[in-house]
Amino acid sequence: MKAARFDYVRPDDLHQAVAALGRAGGGAKLLAGGQSLGPMLNLRLARPSLLVDVSRLDSLARVEDIGRAWRIGACVTHSRIEDMREQLAGGEMLCEVAAGIAYRAIRNRGTIGGSIAHADPSSDWPLALAALGATVNIRNAGGARAMPLEKFLLGAFTTALREDEILESVEVPKLSRAGRYGYYKFCRKTGEYAEASAAAVFAPGTPFARI
Amino acid sequence: MTTTLYWGNCGWQAIKLSLLILDRMTEVTGQGVGARVRRKEDSRFLRGRGNYVSDMILPGQSEVAFLRSPIAHGRIRRITKPPGSEGRVFVRSDLAEAAAMIAPTTVPGYKLSEWHPLAHDKVRFVGEPVAMCVAPTRAEAEDLTEQVEVEFDELPVLVDALAARAEKTVRVHEQWDDNLFLTLNLDNGYDANAKGAPVVVRRELSLNRQAMVPMEGKAILAHWDERSDQLVVYYSTQVPHVVRVGLAQFLGIDQGQVRVISPDVGGGFGYKVIVHPEELCVAWLALKYRRPFRYVEDRREHLVVGANTRQHHYRLTAHADQRGRLLALDAEITIDGGAYSNWPFTVALEPGQATGNLPGPYDFRGYRCKTYCVATNKPGFLPYRGVARTGVCFAMELMIDAIARAVGREPWEVRHDNLVPASAMPYDNVTRKHYDSGDYQKALLTARDKIGLAAWRERQRKGEPDGRLIGVGFASYCEQTAHGTSVFSGWGLPIVPGYDQATVRVMPDGGLEVRVGVHSHGQGMETTMAQIAHEITGVAFDKIRVILGDTGTTPYSTGTYASRSIVMSGGAVANACKELLPRFVLIGAHLMQAAVNTVRYERGMIVGPQKSIPLREVAEAWYLRPQELPPDADRGGLETTLAFKPARDTGAFSYASHAAVVAVDTSIGQVEILDYVAVEDCGTLVNPMVVEGQSLGGIAQGIGTALYEESPFDANGQPLASTFADYLLPGPTEIPAIRIFHMETPSPYTEFGIKGMGEGGAIAPPAVIFNAVNDALKPLGVELTETPLSPRRLLEAIERAGASAPLPVGDA
Repeated sequence: MKAARFDYVRPDDLHQAVAALGRAGGGAKLLAGGQSLGPMLNLRLARPSLLVDVSRLDSLARVEDIGRAWRIGACVTHSRIEDMREQLAGGEMLCEVAAGIAYRAIRNRGTIGGSIAHADPSSDWPLALAALGATVNIRNAGGARAMPLEKFLLGAFTTALREDEILESVEVPKLSRAGRYGYYKFCRKTGEYAEASAAAVFAPGTPFARI
Repeated sequence: MTTTLYWGNCGWQAIKLSLLILDRMTEVTGQGVGARVRRKEDSRFLRGRGNYVSDMILPGQSEVAFLRSPIAHGRIRRITKPPGSEGRVFVRSDLAEAAAMIAPTTVPGYKLSEWHPLAHDKVRFVGEPVAMCVAPTRAEAEDLTEQVEVEFDELPVLVDALAARAEKTVRVHEQWDDNLFLTLNLDNGYDANAKGAPVVVRRELSLNRQAMVPMEGKAILAHWDERSDQLVVYYSTQVPHVVRVGLAQFLGIDQGQVRVISPDVGGGFGYKVIVHPEELCVAWLALKYRRPFRYVEDRREHLVVGANTRQHHYRLTAHADQRGRLLALDAEITIDGGAYSNWPFTVALEPGQATGNLPGPYDFRGYRCKTYCVATNKPGFLPYRGVARTGVCFAMELMIDAIARAVGREPWEVRHDNLVPASAMPYDNVTRKHYDSGDYQKALLTARDKIGLAAWRERQRKGEPDGRLIGVGFASYCEQTAHGTSVFSGWGLPIVPGYDQATVRVMPDGGLEVRVGVHSHGQGMETTMAQIAHEITGVAFDKIRVILGDTGTTPYSTGTYASRSIVMSGGAVANACKELLPRFVLIGAHLMQAAVNTVRYERGMIVGPQKSIPLREVAEAWYLRPQELPPDADRGGLETTLAFKPARDTGAFSYASHAAVVAVDTSIGQVEILDYVAVEDCGTLVNPMVVEGQSLGGIAQGIGTALYEESPFDANGQPLASTFADYLLPGPTEIPAIRIFHMETPSPYTEFGIKGMGEGGAIAPPAVIFNAVNDALKPLGVELTETPLSPRRLLEAIERAGASAPLPVGDA
């Protein structure tokens, strides 16, 4: 259970990372926290020719207040979000969801962007962020594009991300004080992927309640 | 007899609640037998400084990976190695010097299977090693396995043991005329006792297949040592001396040419009492090429190839009187034996233990049992902690509860009335097992009181505000431990345990070295063996060093299995220590210029009429100043090797009653354990903290069997749980705060009255949890009889019974 051969690069910035993906012509995989990709490599279920390590890019590790929403860099770890309880006004649901992902050891490495890009339907972020009406920002050689998360997620393990693109950040609208949310997942044991999960968000003043 | 009760809060912070008067041979000194001494081995483990085969690197070491069969049953038509892979890729015909492993028994009708180090002619389960690949790193070795091409002619697959039992055309082993490793028949007064019984209860029950999942799987590093002219094998095993016998035999070399060193071992549980094919392969490589080779099983390999235990099926009929007193039991047991028997314990061990142990701790006189051990296209069955008794306890204890329901009494009452009473001890049961001592009923009553049955029954009547159903369950068992020659020779296994030996050596500074041939891999024996040596010699506990696990430095023992080590090797340590005491006195008397008959030995001191000297001075005289020795000093010196065997070797029977309370959510099928109590008696406690640790670990594994762990196979014999995403293990959050209470009835046959207890914890949990769940579901008329109790099985059972979840009561 050891990975097959692959090449590895650690670009200095997002521009280089996009360029590396382009050069690899579809054979590359982005490595962030590695909590899903790592096992898939070792089981030889994923056999990329190149790993592009973006885990240390500062530009992907920012959490920014942009007024109506929180912009969270793709390489922000679950544990960092979990630990921002007092600092993420309007984004409390994010902290709660983050705290329930797998185990702390996994949360210390796993990233929000990696989780969305992996698009495992039994994981937490795709469901929670869709319920919150999040938008994803995508970088590619031509520039950047943004799309609602619900459109980004095409199905189980399938997204609208092209092979030469990088998920840069996710923007999560803030909930007002009057906003309400609920999140529950059914697991037979702590840390397990959910057997079933549900999220509900009610944001007064917006036309939608999402379940 | 006096009883000691301790209270353990999850064991990590065990607190002595009440200490009644101890009825011991010797006084508890604070570090001797009975003391809660902290474990010597924990210092290195807690600091991450244990030393396992995976930590070891020898110069020029190669790593080994195996190409494993992707199909469950097929004939190998052709294997094509990649070009230029000579000396790096091996198939069965390359390993001519390595014999197939065949383990005979003298049990009539037992059919032999040949287990080759690499698949020979046929593959018989998914994961069977077909080719062996060698490279500088494991990843490169795995790359090589991908370049080997194997063509198979697929054969029909036998997955279900009940179907395979009747199948004669498709055969796992062609040379047989059916698929039965073994069929056992036992009838002891069944018809006479069953006749006319007013209550007849029938049930079909089953336990599914699972893996043992030690933290460390198989691991072996072998090299040829030119200086000692030996194959030196670092081997993650419970039985270093036994696997040495096996490796030498299967490789056709002298026993003295193999040295097995078992370093720290990350759990055994029975997985490591045999020679596995991969291990024989790696030993062959080192012998052939005279350089180091290593193989470490990974988790996926373990969950596929190690899906090898617990799978039993029962059809039972119990005959009882109006009060639920059991009169006779009729059993048909089917054990899914998988593809191969193992060396040396054989697949016959499981049906033998199931047949002999099904009657459990109960007093009845009519028993008929037919047990089939069936070959299927799955990994060969191996004995897992509890060996068959987890299955038979599950079957028997669910029957006792079913009888109680049939006669309308509390299950604990019916259980109590059927248990062998203390007044009948020692007791020979219906399968002629000799229960040596104990008060089984008291253990049950203590469990009933500690769980607080009356309060739970009251709460049950009121109903839960959240609509969940509460249930209380009990299970009792007794467990043969440290059974020896008379039991194993009856099965005629290739290796039969006899005497266990220990070497005790006084060091020049008065410290002790204790060498035993068993191995410790979680049992804390570096500590408990030292406690026994301290008990006899009085040498300071921290000056006693225990050496285990190395055939080059320890006396022969068949090793650690069958809850035997502390009884057998512990007894040998005591014997060897006692043998040395007169030698201390002889030398000490001379040093003090006193007559020998005026001198005695007392806890590390040689005490004469005028003065006393410490053991250290005796040791210095022997080793450093022999001019001071008496002319008649014992030529055995200050070390000795002595053996031990209990006065009667049919086993010291530990026993326990467990009780649990569960809350069942009938809408989603989830079970929560609200309380769990174990009342156990393993005779004289050497170290209560170690006993509690062992019990907790076993109970955690038993909860896994009850609720989580399962290795399912599809109709083609493909394993469906090959990672921890699909194979659920209970973790710390799934294990409740277990409360352990000790009783202490010495065995009349062993040193100090110690009984074995390593396996016990894992025996009762499936029974007690299912009884609790069935108690909860009683209003719905639902009874669960198949492990593990997944939400799906629970909901399906409710649906089958046509019952709907009751409406929430209370203030919801």
